[in-house]
Formats: sequence, C-alpha cells, structure tokens
Amino acid sequence: MRTAIIRYNAGNIRSVTNALNRLGVEPVITDDPDELLKADRVIFPGVGNAGSALSSIRENGLINLIPRLKQPVLAICVGMQLLGEYLEEADEEGMGILAGTVRRFPPSAKVPHTGWNSVHSLQDPCFEGIKEGSYLYFVHSYYLPVGEQTVGICDYSIPFSAAMRQDNFLALQFHPEKSGTIGQDILSNFLFKGESYA
Amino acid sequence: MLTRRIIPCLDVMNGRTVKGTNFANLQDAGDPVTLGAHYAEEGADELVFLDITATVEKRKTLSDLAKRVSRVINIPFTVGGGIRTVKDAASMLEYGADKISINTRAVDNPEIITAIAGELGSQAVVVAVDVRPYNGEWMVVTHGGRNRTSRRAVDWCLEIWERGAGEILLTSMVGDGTKKGFSLDITRRISESVGIPVIASGGAGTPADFYDVFALGKADAALAASVFHFGTLRIVEVKEYLAAAGLPMRLLERKENETEI
Repeated sequence: MRTAIIRYNAGNIRSVTNALNRLGVEPVITDDPDELLKADRVIFPGVGNAGSALSSIRENGLINLIPRLKQPVLAICVGMQLLGEYLEEADEEGMGILAGTVRRFPPSAKVPHTGWNSVHSLQDPCFEGIKEGSYLYFVHSYYLPVGEQTVGICDYSIPFSAAMRQDNFLALQFHPEKSGTIGQDILSNFLFKGESYA
Repeated sequence: MLTRRIIPCLDVMNGRTVKGTNFANLQDAGDPVTLGAHYAEEGADELVFLDITATVEKRKTLSDLAKRVSRVINIPFTVGGGIRTVKDAASMLEYGADKISINTRAVDNPEIITAIAGELGSQAVVVAVDVRPYNGEWMVVTHGGRNRTSRRAVDWCLEIWERGAGEILLTSMVGDGTKKGFSLDITRRISESVGIPVIASGGAGTPADFYDVFALGKADAALAASVFHFGTLRIVEVKEYLAAAGLPMRLLERKENETEI
C-alpha cells in the first residue's frame, strides 16, 4: 500500500510521518500530482495559520488537484478547514468539499481550544473500536459547524465538527497523530480499513 | 468536556534530565526520551522539555532531542531553551515538536512573540513567565528568578496574549522547588485576565495542590517536575485523585482494561 502525505508548509508533517512509521507505514511526502494521484491513501496534514496554508497549496497548484482525488483522503486540523466552503481566518473561499464557514470560537472561550476533549456521536468506520466519550487532542482556534457531513462531535462552548466525511474525504479537527493510542487506532482504521472510503 | 492537563517538565542538560530545588543542586534523573515515554504511559497529557545547557551547541542538542522524542512519543510536546529566532522555532516544529517555549528572549524582545505566532500560528507559541512578588506586587523575573524586570506580571501576560501567543506557562518563583503548593492568587488573576490557556507551575507537592491550582487558581493545566522525577507522586495517582474530586481528567483506557481483568 502506498501512502502519500501532501507536502506544503503544514508544520506537522514530521509528526504525521512518525505516527505512520509507528504503524509500520513508510509514507512518501510529495507535492507531485502524479505521485498523489497514484497513492492508495493520501494524508493532508495541517496546523497553524489557514491563510498561509491556503496560499501554499494555491502556489503549488494542489488546490485544484485535491478535490479531484478519488482514493481515501484524510485531512487533519487545518487540512480539514481548507476543505470548508469559506475560511473566516483567511477571508477566502476554501475547497468547498465540506459544508459551512470555518469560524473562530466565540470570545467567551479560551482560544486556541487546547488539550484533550471528549468526542461523541461517532459514526464513521475510522472510529471502529473507539468508545463514545473518548478523549482526543485538539489545538485550534477555528472550527467547522455541525452539519449533515458531521461524523463526530466535540463541545467547546458550542458543539462543532470533530470529524466530517464526504465520500472518500475524511476530515478530523483533532490530531490523531498526537492523540495517544486512541489516535493511533483511528489512523490505523483509516489506513487499513480504507476500502469503505473509496 | 475539555480536561485539565497534567504536564511533567523535563529539564535537560547535555542530553540528560535534571531537576533540583530552586534550579540549584541539579540531580541526574535519566534519559529524556525514555522518561518522556514513561510519563506518556503513565497518563501525562503533554510533555515539556526544557534545555538548560549553557552552551552555544544547545539548539543542536534540542533539535536532536525533538527528533528523537517525536519518533517515540504519541502525545504533544513542547521544547524550550535557547530559541531566539523565528527560524529556530520553525526548525523545532519541523523536527516534530508541537510547540516552542520562549522566556527571557520574549521579555527582552516582545516582538519575537508576534513574529513566531504570525509565521507558525498561535498554537505553536508558549511564553514562559517567571514571577515573584515585591512588596505585594507580582513582577516578572528572569534567569531563574535572579533578575527582576520592570514588568508587572498581569500586564506582561496581557501583552503576551495580545501578541498572539497560544499559551502562558506561569512559574511562581515562590513555589518553585518547595513542594508547598502553587501560588493560587496570581495564577487565578492571570488565568481570568487572558483569553488563552494558562499552565501553572512551581510548588506542586501533593495531589491536593493540583486540585487547588485548578479549582481555586483556575489554571487550564499544571506542570511539575521533581515530584514526578523522584517518584514522590505518580501521574496516574494524581489524575485519579483529581477525577474523583470531580475535575475533568483523561484517564487512560489501559487502566480500565486492567481493572476488568
């Protein structure tokens, strides 16, 4: 199985690579469209500023390629947010795969939302064997609202999408690569039970 | 519900872990990666590695450490010590660290906070603030408490927040290394003043101290070093105590399984 990580100024590429290595997977890290198209799994990581992330994938042209990918694609954190319709942080349109505007948490809550929070209403094969109420690691200031594509919810002053799913695209707001053994199980489900995302 | 976090801090010198009362009389407490992995298994929510090596090579040892830690450990970790530029910070993240911590550098040049947060995002920037009271006024101090600055603790923390840092690591030099409890009042004042999480540090001695810093000090996370390094307290015991007292805590699955068996 060939797993590709999309190369751009994402910040957490090394962490994701290490997490895959711990699962016995050696990913290729690439921004080459051919490499990405022929991979069996594609991971779109991300952390940090959505505006600069968006510029980065616009510069290398991947903003047009990513929506066309047909294999299972896992988008993490800012990667997920870039799939949204509109990004408040960047004041720009995203790729529009996930419904909703990516908004900043209300000022009543401390931002960034940092730490281990529980998730519920889990309904995706990536959560197979994961208990309702499990704790996962989040660190973000913006979120996608709960909608029809939501397959996992987290509450932080308001409910928001911890996970969303559209066809072959699985998007996670938390960091599975930093969420201990539970995060590792979620990554493993995506990698090895990925047929259900095709 | 978002949990309160328990964070062991590993002070690292020449690639080895150290910690002593009030930063003096340092004692060797093992390999940082091994110890970090042990803490992660014990239920640590994050790890902080602070390089206190006083040489120009320290950035290299710190980046080597970040690389080694990231390979083994599957929870978030922060590295600090000797980070002076945006480039230094970026390279730590490239090596797999989740956050960098800056202290004196930020006091001397607050613009660095804005610059790193702008480049790498707020979530990557922890500003460490060491405080001590002078005639009832909590002031920012540097160099392990030896140097007093002209900054008031609360004012400086507000500036750190406004400049885009993602977290404040607040160390009370009154409590640090004494095991007599956290400084609750200043922790609460700062935590309630800023819109970013506050990690309280300095003074942890008993599980009740941790309860107090969360319940009364309003801290979002608590950091400790020696009580964990020397086995005075186990992370898992502290977390179970806090959970039993009604605080939201992440208790590891493994624990439940063991009970079932």
